[in-house]
Amino acid sequence: MSTAAAPIDVTALRADFPILSRTVHGAPLVYLDSAATSQKPVAVLDAMDAYYRETNANVHRGVYELAAEATARYEGGRDAVARMVGAPRESVVLTKNASEAINLVAWAWGIRTLKAGDEILVTEMEHHSNIVPWQIVAGITGAVVRFVPVTPGGELDMDAFAALLTERTRMVGVVHVSNVLGTINPVAEITRMAHAVGALVLVDGSQSVPHMPVDVPSIGCDFFAFTGHKMLGPTGIGVLVGRREVLESMEPFLGGGEMISNVTQQGSTWADLPWKFEAGTPPIAEAIGLGAAADYLTAVGLDAVRAHEVELTAHMLDALAQVDGITIFGPRDAAVRGGAVSFSLPDLHPHDIAQLIDQEGVCVRAGHHCAKPLMRVLGVGATARASTYLYNSAEEIDVFVRALGNARLALK
Amino acid sequence: MGGLDDLYQDLILDHYRRKRGEGSLDSPTVAVDQNNPLCGDEIHLELNIVDGVVTEIAHTGEGCSISQASMSMMSEALVGKSLDEALEVVEHFRMVMHGSEQGDEDRLGDAIALEGVAKYPVRVKCALLGWMAAKDAIQTYRREGEEVA
Ligand SMILES: Cc1ncc(COP(=O)(O)O)c(C=O)c1O
Repeated sequence: MSTAAAPIDVTALRADFPILSRTVHGAPLVYLDSAATSQKPVAVLDAMDAYYRETNANVHRGVYELAAEATARYEGGRDAVARMVGAPRESVVLTKNASEAINLVAWAWGIRTLKAGDEILVTEMEHHSNIVPWQIVAGITGAVVRFVPVTPGGELDMDAFAALLTERTRMVGVVHVSNVLGTINPVAEITRMAHAVGALVLVDGSQSVPHMPVDVPSIGCDFFAFTGHKMLGPTGIGVLVGRREVLESMEPFLGGGEMISNVTQQGSTWADLPWKFEAGTPPIAEAIGLGAAADYLTAVGLDAVRAHEVELTAHMLDALAQVDGITIFGPRDAAVRGGAVSFSLPDLHPHDIAQLIDQEGVCVRAGHHCAKPLMRVLGVGATARASTYLYNSAEEIDVFVRALGNARLALK
Repeated sequence: MGGLDDLYQDLILDHYRRKRGEGSLDSPTVAVDQNNPLCGDEIHLELNIVDGVVTEIAHTGEGCSISQASMSMMSEALVGKSLDEALEVVEHFRMVMHGSEQGDEDRLGDAIALEGVAKYPVRVKCALLGWMAAKDAIQTYRREGEEVA
């Protein structure tokens, strides 16, 4: 990746995303929900289409040319993702989504390893994906799930984290960038602290990998999960990057075809990494699409993506701060946060906000964002959330903020 | 607001702004909590039941305009009904929300105005929240009655 990527030319780049030229209720689409899922560039759509049209065959089995081509494209997808996050290919396990990646760790590591009294530490700002699997593990093993509190400013309380971290702690689960608050957590420091007491660390990178340069090995964590559809890729594919030694020490998650070395009536032995964790025919087209997405992002440059989003987020925070009575959650400095901005208005429920501004073509998310424990900490049932990506412009944010004003008048 | 006339009619907004039944009862016969898993809204509903008739309804909690207006309309529609009648009206409202029955104003009262919500599947849950709480309250009351008896 070049270090000094050219700044993003939004007008030119938008031409790569066919959906962005459509209208909604007669107004141009203003898509501000990329934290839920991103739109897809032609490069991704074409790569998936070409696989089905030109080389459709099952992978890793056939000796014929078609199967070899399909396998090369599938494994090429893995290579592109591995390059993007700086990880060796054998430690990149393809899953269905981020949730499945975390469940893989919960089942293949957690349930086999944890004992009654062991502690799993997660944070109050986790997505349900990094809470519920651990609660299931706790229910089976007798381990206990504890929560690192969030400060009123929307950051992790690192003193409380230090205090909660003991020799009983076996796993620390932490989100890299919050999908509600936008907070960027100090995951390398958290990993160092956790390793010092012998705990493993799982980082949920669902909201970081799409939006900023991420080098997984330099974080040092044991597991790093993310999801394809939020990074310009298709649905149905996610990624678990694991530290090689840890993945090697683990038993498989799911059993079936692909993941074996040998099967006899007496038992089976496992395939090498990463296939040991990929039972059954994988999502082939999806992996190819994800590879195309990783290549697209790498070509644009993740530094450029990040720089563009810092600018947009600063503009968003400024524009929203002008709105009478608004509460904005999370850090207020765009330089230290991601592009998901949650807010609430005293007189307008998030549902009404989302419904009314949809009339002007603006898509924002309303709800608990799969982070109910965090909602409770924030003292709200739901928030509205606007989130940007590389294809958004400052003008779109202005359209959104104007629509918010109109919505308010409508329900006055 | 163009195409949203169904959702944001004057009658609905009137109930949203001036909620009927908002508040608490002194010693309700039965009280339940209900939440909308979609958006996290939580409501608390209280009923007074005398001789098998719903005599008073009160509610508190958070919600969007549709769920709050619907709660308000429900509190009017079910007061004075016997438990069986009330459950029947709730079921009728549910069918209307799912587009499988035509709304009957005699039974629904102002809630007839919510008929158009059926076109917005995501908002149907909002509209149903209070009504499902009422059903839950009546069923809870009956269950507890059986336990006592
Ligand atoms: C921080 C975070 N973690 C995990 C997920 C789950 O992703 P998926 O639903 O693709 O498994 C999401 C997205 O919804 C997210 O924002």
